[in-house]
Amino acid sequence: MSEHSMNDIKSHVKVYMIVFAVLAVLTMVTVAASYLNLSTGEAIFLALTIASIKGSLVASYFMHLISEKALITWILMLTAVFFFILMFIPMTSFIDQSRLG
Amino acid sequence: MEIPYTIEERPDTGLINSKLGIWLFLASEVMLFGGLFSAYVFLRLGAPAGAFHEWGQELNIPLATLNTLILISSSVTMVMSWASLKMNDFKKYKLYMGLTLLCALGFLVIKYFEYTAKFHHGIFPGTNTFMSIYFTLTGLHGLHIIGGMIVNGYFLGSGSKMWTTEPEHFTNRIEIAGLYWHFVDLVWIFLFPVLYLL
Amino acid sequence: MLVMRWQLAYPEEAVPVVGKLLGDGGILLPEIYNSLGAMHGTIMIFLGIVPLAVGAFGNYFVPLQIGAPDMAFPKLNMASYWSYFVGGVIMLTSFFSPEGAARSGWTSYPPLADIEVGQTFWLIGMLFLITSSLLGSINFITTIIQLRAPGLTWMRLPFFVWSQFVTAFLLVLAFPPLEAAAVLQLMDRVAGTSFFLPSGLVVSGELLNVSGGGSPLLWQHLFWFLAHPEVYVLILPAMGIVAEVIANNSRKPLWGYKSMVYSVIFLGFMSFIVWAHHMFITGMGSTMSAFFQLTTMIISIPSVIILSAFFISLWGSSIRFNTPMLFALAFLPMFGIGGLTGLPLGLAAADIHLHDTYYVIGHFHYIVAPGTIFGLFAGIYYWYPKITGRKLSEKLGKLHFWPSLIFMNLIFMPMLIQGLAGVSRRLWDGGLQYAHASGVLQWNEFMSVSAWLLGLSQIPFIINVLYSIKNGEKVDNNPWESTTLEWTAPSPPLPHVNFEVIPEVHRDPYEYSVPGRKRDYTPQTEPKKG
Repeated sequence: MSEHSMNDIKSHVKVYMIVFAVLAVLTMVTVAASYLNLSTGEAIFLALTIASIKGSLVASYFMHLISEKALITWILMLTAVFFFILMFIPMTSFIDQSRLG
Repeated sequence: MEIPYTIEERPDTGLINSKLGIWLFLASEVMLFGGLFSAYVFLRLGAPAGAFHEWGQELNIPLATLNTLILISSSVTMVMSWASLKMNDFKKYKLYMGLTLLCALGFLVIKYFEYTAKFHHGIFPGTNTFMSIYFTLTGLHGLHIIGGMIVNGYFLGSGSKMWTTEPEHFTNRIEIAGLYWHFVDLVWIFLFPVLYLL
Repeated sequence: MLVMRWQLAYPEEAVPVVGKLLGDGGILLPEIYNSLGAMHGTIMIFLGIVPLAVGAFGNYFVPLQIGAPDMAFPKLNMASYWSYFVGGVIMLTSFFSPEGAARSGWTSYPPLADIEVGQTFWLIGMLFLITSSLLGSINFITTIIQLRAPGLTWMRLPFFVWSQFVTAFLLVLAFPPLEAAAVLQLMDRVAGTSFFLPSGLVVSGELLNVSGGGSPLLWQHLFWFLAHPEVYVLILPAMGIVAEVIANNSRKPLWGYKSMVYSVIFLGFMSFIVWAHHMFITGMGSTMSAFFQLTTMIISIPSVIILSAFFISLWGSSIRFNTPMLFALAFLPMFGIGGLTGLPLGLAAADIHLHDTYYVIGHFHYIVAPGTIFGLFAGIYYWYPKITGRKLSEKLGKLHFWPSLIFMNLIFMPMLIQGLAGVSRRLWDGGLQYAHASGVLQWNEFMSVSAWLLGLSQIPFIINVLYSIKNGEKVDNNPWESTTLEWTAPSPPLPHVNFEVIPEVHRDPYEYSVPGRKRDYTPQTEPKKG
């Protein structure tokens, strides 16, 4: 952090503006995509993909995750694993139940 | 005795305490919203086929798109406020922080209109499970916005005095506050398509 | 609890003294019994063990053991405490609220919990308690990572610190889904939602006026996602304490320290993927139950490694049978019984018979009562001199220990028997009305008498703690001749500062009886020569 020179910061600012533009564009893309005639599964996949790209941009550049120390990234990867477990297992248990509901 | 590594980084981890602390907090928040997203998935699977999509048609996509853009802008202004401090420009910091708060307020105002319009049409959290999870997810997200506004407001107001005495410490604080704020934006980036578009 | 045990022992008689306050002619009403049951679990876990093991022992001794001046975030620590305080007040005052205290089990399963009285207070209380744990765990993880003294590498950490570290990770990542679930249940109760209420639910003969479409299973998933890691939160700090006490009083390094560390990390990770073993009888398909059965069996392995390491550590050692060591030693077979009785529960087929019976209650009480609580007693006897500058009386300590050990077993062993016979848990009359229970009902009185005697056995402990503050044997920094860093600070530590000078660490945590040295212990701070 203390190693950031003025030029460093100025180049970061450029990046922030580019990311902002990309996020705005992707927002419009995701809305437009919702009007396409896709199956539910395809729509979910597309929406989540675009959202993940947007989220990664925010995390990597606004939150500086791309240049962050390894420890932080490890903690987040661990969290991501548990997040997906939380997301998927109730869903699969739902499908696997001997009777629904 | 002073607690070490509040301003200077610990050599082996390369981190200051508060940076590690805020990321841990954000990890817990990922799990919190994860629990709610998990509920969304569960409830959607349990509802009649296509029900969630149909119930979701009540939502106002243009307003929410605007809100998405507003929140993304607030993320930019937030990171710019930190960058301004790194460039020693306190005035710019105040400008950008002020804009961040303004965007946040705008977001909440639009949400207010969204909610009241629903109530006006007799749509409440209890109306169906989609609305239940919609109000809960956006409500909790809104509470997080309010919390962020309080913190940012403090840093714009009396909290900014620290700039004169301990500029590096203050800049760190703004970076930490920024991390929280970007996270709130990040949650919305997922909430928006999931609730409004799917 | 003792009141509940009176009811179970003598179900058709009035409970003496307090019965008139609580019951219908003195006999506990089912509602009251259920409140006591739900709140007993809630209070013991969230107001008792977690605050004591993590909040008290952790906050006090982790900084000392890692040579830190304080926790990383003192103000966050304070916030964590006051959040706990508010949550505790809400939980306890709920007994006096118009609705009374929660009575849907500490597990708060909907639909009952959604519509039953007393639950709103419980949910709000839980929100505060969960927040307290979240804030605290962030503090612990940051402190342990960032504030270790110079030279204190990860593999030189006392096992107690490792156990608190893993515990903190469990808390920070597992608690939030329960916080989410509590919000959802609160919404069901006050905002008319149906997150957990299925369609067509009929209450007291009438169709419930809600949208329906919800699922009680959703609550169970979110609840147990936390509550399983939570049980490891309950045991790990105590295991950590037992490690310290055994190493110190066997005058030997812990055998298999590295394997213990890897085991506790693996255990922490696995604890997130076993939760549905609490849900085997919910109509789960065979794929899911096979998955959770498998992970549950696997998770027993690290526990066995740790327990075995403790046992092997005793081999060839010079055991000092002081009171902390007695409790630490007793922990081993007691936790062994608790762990072993968990195995049939983890196997789906056996669990069908044992789920929701007294067998489960016996199993988990063996782990937390003569398990964790004995570990905590060991910690109190071991660290009391550090906190107060005086030792507790050994005589009173033994007078506390032996009856406690005996009565713990007399209470919880019969529960396993009753459970195997099929006696369900949460029965206000102890199974009196069920024919299948008739063969094992006589144990109720036996267990209740043992419970009251266990209660009486705590009196020497209370006297000891109070008496020894002023009259205990005075001690210097290191009365137990221990190697770890907390014993380099004065007893008690100086106010406002843990160490006058931050210590420098040069050694592993348990250098006891190293051949060729003059003393049978070498503190971690002692520099290596040459």
